[in-house]
Amino acid sequence: MTPTRIILVALGIAALVAAPLGQGNYIVYTLTSWLLFSIAAMGLNLTLGYAGQVSLAQAAFMGIGAYVTALMTLAGLPWIAAALVSVAASFVVGLLLGYPALRVQHHFLAFVTLAFNILLFLVLRNEEEVTGGSFGLVGMPRPSVLGISTDSNLNFYYFALACFLFAAFVMWWILRSPWGRAFKALRENPIRAESLGLKIRRQTLLAFAIGSAFGGLAGALMPPLVQFIEPGSFALIHSLKLLLMVVVGGAGFFFGPMLGAALVILLPELLRFTEGYYLIIYALLVIVLMVFSPNGLIGLGQKIWLGFRPKQEERRDMKKGFQL
Amino acid sequence: MNAHAPILSVTNISKQFGGIKAVNGVSFDVQRGEILGLIGPNGSGKSTLFNCILGQLRPTEGHCRIHGRSTDGVRPADLSLMGVGRTFQQLSVFPRMTVLDNVILAGQEHEGSMVSRLFGRPDAGLTAKAEQLIEFFRLSPYRDTEAGSLSYGQQKLVDAAMAFMAGPEIVLLDEPAGGVNLTMLAHLKDRLLTYNREHGTTFVVIEHNMEFVMSLCTRIIVLAQGEIIAQGSPDEIRSNPMVIDAYLGG
Ligand SMILES: Nc1ncnc2c1ncn2[C@@H]1O[C@H](COP(=O)(O)OP(=O)(O)OP(=O)(O)O)[C@@H](O)[C@H]1O
Ligand SMILES: [Mg+2]
Repeated sequence: MTPTRIILVALGIAALVAAPLGQGNYIVYTLTSWLLFSIAAMGLNLTLGYAGQVSLAQAAFMGIGAYVTALMTLAGLPWIAAALVSVAASFVVGLLLGYPALRVQHHFLAFVTLAFNILLFLVLRNEEEVTGGSFGLVGMPRPSVLGISTDSNLNFYYFALACFLFAAFVMWWILRSPWGRAFKALRENPIRAESLGLKIRRQTLLAFAIGSAFGGLAGALMPPLVQFIEPGSFALIHSLKLLLMVVVGGAGFFFGPMLGAALVILLPELLRFTEGYYLIIYALLVIVLMVFSPNGLIGLGQKIWLGFRPKQEERRDMKKGFQL
Repeated sequence: MNAHAPILSVTNISKQFGGIKAVNGVSFDVQRGEILGLIGPNGSGKSTLFNCILGQLRPTEGHCRIHGRSTDGVRPADLSLMGVGRTFQQLSVFPRMTVLDNVILAGQEHEGSMVSRLFGRPDAGLTAKAEQLIEFFRLSPYRDTEAGSLSYGQQKLVDAAMAFMAGPEIVLLDEPAGGVNLTMLAHLKDRLLTYNREHGTTFVVIEHNMEFVMSLCTRIIVLAQGEIIAQGSPDEIRSNPMVIDAYLGG
């Protein structure tokens, strides 16, 4: 990292630390859920933006994390143990789903994950004895860290922030390792990557499973945040919302999902004054953005920036992909 | 493994696309250290033959052996790990990655394990080696440029550099000279000969540039309509009436 980047990241973290100070409960809550969705979207970005696979089950992985954590903490186990199990469970389910799906090429994973999300929703709703059915689960305790309870919303915000920073660090580490290079190669030219020794199936599967594990971590933060979980929070529509976050923010960019999550969560709030029209305006804004900048907000920012300092531009006269 | 066994042995390979027999019963051996040229008119099945050998296409009939090991059902990634390098006829770089990352990627899967590639150094310890190759192909000014924004010839060179990164024993090059200028071409030929001399690297080269093929290769196979119509030394090929008729023109 360049010194400028380090300074920018430090400033960003300082801003995140300062953000909730002096704010009311509602804002602190919204900020916390932004952190949470950013973690999930970051994971989906690995699958979609780096490895180039569509997963429509990120909300389902959050659901796995949320229910595992809720049940374990209700049983008196510490949050950290529950979170570890949640992450591991999402990772393993990701492997089990992805292994058969990725043997078949292309968009098959999208269908498998779509079906899985619907299935999981039904299981959560119908297995009332374990999951509480559509009434959900309530009364999950909040964790305490070194004797400091996170019962106050502000404390819980900082707890979520620590988890978010940890997740971001892990993601950064993965992306700067040879694995990160391999993930990008998968997206850009899998056939060439394979001819260079990259086991594309295994690497794609790992991207999906790791991305799913991030969903599990985000889910583990949900029960202590809302203290009430129900199947509806993990329905397919929420997977689509997470997909929207990644795409709107800029798939394949490190900060894309965080920006996208902010927009998807905040914009409806900001547009509330338009009353009934907000969904229409919202949809139009997304369409306009996608038309003008398929690379999302970060792509748009880059375009504008490069407009001032032209350096590199994608060639349009040569075919990008690949043919045998 | 027999030291005198051919490094690559192709037995009766055919590939049919619907009604077209793109490759029709081709057999040949490549000895260790050989530089074999593969020439023939457009559509004669050269690239298809490569892709059958390299596991990208499943031949309709026939077998290949590398180091005496059958390549039936072997994935391209495993062939690469067995020491087989290749370039594609079409441009085949990673357009949004820098030249340096392209070249490092070409070597990283051959270093360490999955685990060490996650926890080890971001460049898998390959920066110096990659820079040498980049320097060699005179791409140093573009080290940090996205490969997709280079010129056609430059991308072709990045592609060639990638084929060498993992220190392969045999490299199959599909039209490496296309769009490459004459000085660079001489340089490329030099490089192939040096690799061949110093490391015993074996090459199979598809190329339409006759001067390049004739001066580089020790043996040449001519393909026409999917069949071998002639093979021999460059001089024999140049004076073969069938080849002149089918390909070289008179
Ligand atoms: N995937 C495919 N599907 C159908 N036909 C194909 C396919 N690939 C190649 N062919 C056909 O097979 C024949 C041989 O093609 P190939 O690409 O091997 O030729 P080539 O010798 O490499 O030619 P060139 O010198 O132009 O590169 C052509 O007639 C081509 O149309
Ligand atoms: Mg060809």
